Amino acid sequence: MSELLNTPERLTPDTFLRGLWQENPVFTMLLGMCPVLAVTGTTLNALAMGLATTFVLVGSSLLVSLLRHWIPKQVRIASYIVIIATFVTLVDYAIQAISLELYAALGAFIQLIVVNCVILGRAEAYASKQRLHTTFVNSLGMGLGFSLALLALGTVREILGQGTLLGVPVLPEGFQPWVIMALPPGGFFVLGSWLLVFNWLGPRRARRDLVASGATIHVR
Amino acid sequence: MANRGIAIRTSPHLKRVLTVDQIMRGVILALLPIAAWSVWQFGLSVLLLLLTTTGVAALTEWALARAAGQGNTLQNGSVIITGLLLGLTLPPGFPLWMAAVAACIGVALGKWLFGGLGYNVMNPALVGRAFVQAAFPKAIATWSPPFAPGRFTEPIPSTLTPPFMQPIPIADWIKGLELDAWTGATPLAVQRFQHLETPVWDLFAGTVAGSAGETSALLILICGLWLAWQRMLDWRIPASVMAGAVFIALPFWLIDPGLYPSPAFVLCSGGLMLGAWFMASDMVASPVTPAGVVIYGLFIGVLTVLIRLFGGLVEGVMYAILIANALSPWVSDWTQPRVYGSKGRGRADGQPSD
Repeated sequence: MSELLNTPERLTPDTFLRGLWQENPVFTMLLGMCPVLAVTGTTLNALAMGLATTFVLVGSSLLVSLLRHWIPKQVRIASYIVIIATFVTLVDYAIQAISLELYAALGAFIQLIVVNCVILGRAEAYASKQRLHTTFVNSLGMGLGFSLALLALGTVREILGQGTLLGVPVLPEGFQPWVIMALPPGGFFVLGSWLLVFNWLGPRRARRDLVASGATIHVR
Repeated sequence: MANRGIAIRTSPHLKRVLTVDQIMRGVILALLPIAAWSVWQFGLSVLLLLLTTTGVAALTEWALARAAGQGNTLQNGSVIITGLLLGLTLPPGFPLWMAAVAACIGVALGKWLFGGLGYNVMNPALVGRAFVQAAFPKAIATWSPPFAPGRFTEPIPSTLTPPFMQPIPIADWIKGLELDAWTGATPLAVQRFQHLETPVWDLFAGTVAGSAGETSALLILICGLWLAWQRMLDWRIPASVMAGAVFIALPFWLIDPGLYPSPAFVLCSGGLMLGAWFMASDMVASPVTPAGVVIYGLFIGVLTVLIRLFGGLVEGVMYAILIANALSPWVSDWTQPRVYGSKGRGRADGQPSD
């Protein structure tokens, strides 16, 4: 993992793309499982949660990166939490002002963004060591990767669980909703299925890359 | 063997060796009369239901066994039992596409995710049923009357629901049958909500509504006893399930017979018999120690009755067995017998008990 290096990273497309696929916070790193399972019952909730997390992630990473020379090492985690909490409070009030209904649907999970491992992990592993512009690009990629994962769960669960997408019916009249998909177990089932897909695709991709690089591989 | 002289073998010198295949074939044989009664009682629908669950379960098994590199595991027959059992626990008019979902999920999630036969934590048939119970709660609580006229010529309308569509309503079909007394509820629900007990003889003989294969306690008892006599089933499991159920049901019944069901009703109604004899006794998912199986069985019996009397569901056998399945490794661990020659109790892994 290149980002564990303490030397500043050069800005490449990979800085952004890593978060979407290779180091996707949900499907690869399995971080932030709490909102992933809890608020992906509908696409709208998943989208709102993803965007809120992305905003907090980008904002707090930027501030951490900006202040990285001034934050004492001994109290860095506490400082990160204070910075993250500031942005979470902003988001909390913003969502409350925009839609009280959405605020009620997301419940405590907005405040719980404070302890989202994706954000704290970014601050600790990347933002505290990297320059401002790479931090921005990288955390944006991570945030979008997180949002995409939430959407991947939210759309499947809403279509199967209610036959709708963003509240609009997308399946023919008389479709039998799979009630379980809207319930908490559905989150586990759909997440598990997606992980199955990604774990199946991952090795195939790795093997293809190996073949492309001219290495000899042994097929079982 | 080329050597036709005296065959010299090392111990153990067992007289009769039951292989997995033989046991599975025995269980299938024991399930056939129950399936036949079910088809006689509910007609073409149940035949289609059993064929669907068994076929889809077998197909899933075939595909996943290949994917897991275990070759063809169909001939050991375990998946046929899973398919049959699953079909027997579903309502007779259950849409076939939902039954197919249950069979696929049951075998994939309940069995192959853990590594196939011998590794499943829970009974695969019940895992499949639990999934559809949570996914389609309305369809799985829609019952159809037994011995409907014309049941062998046309299936119950809801059976042939197009895939992914809501079940075709059967209210008009039932009205067209012109039955004398049909409330649309199983004896368990009638007891629970109206406190009316169906005569135990009807339950025992199996002339009532219910899941396809759970109605006739007598038939299940006979088939189960035959299996136990053939040593293909640990009789202590069903015996302790029934004992546990009676143990917890008796005091309530003695306190208020008008409100609580009699022990005989508890034993013969719902899926308790089928669950006790054919599902709780799953060799893989039940404990391995003699004391363990008794604890496990009692736990299932007690929990079933508690769910029935006080839970949100009318029937509790499925969840009771699944929970007991999940606990059975620990039960095995707690009840390890003393290792001969040692002072402390042994453990399954050979380590001293803590």
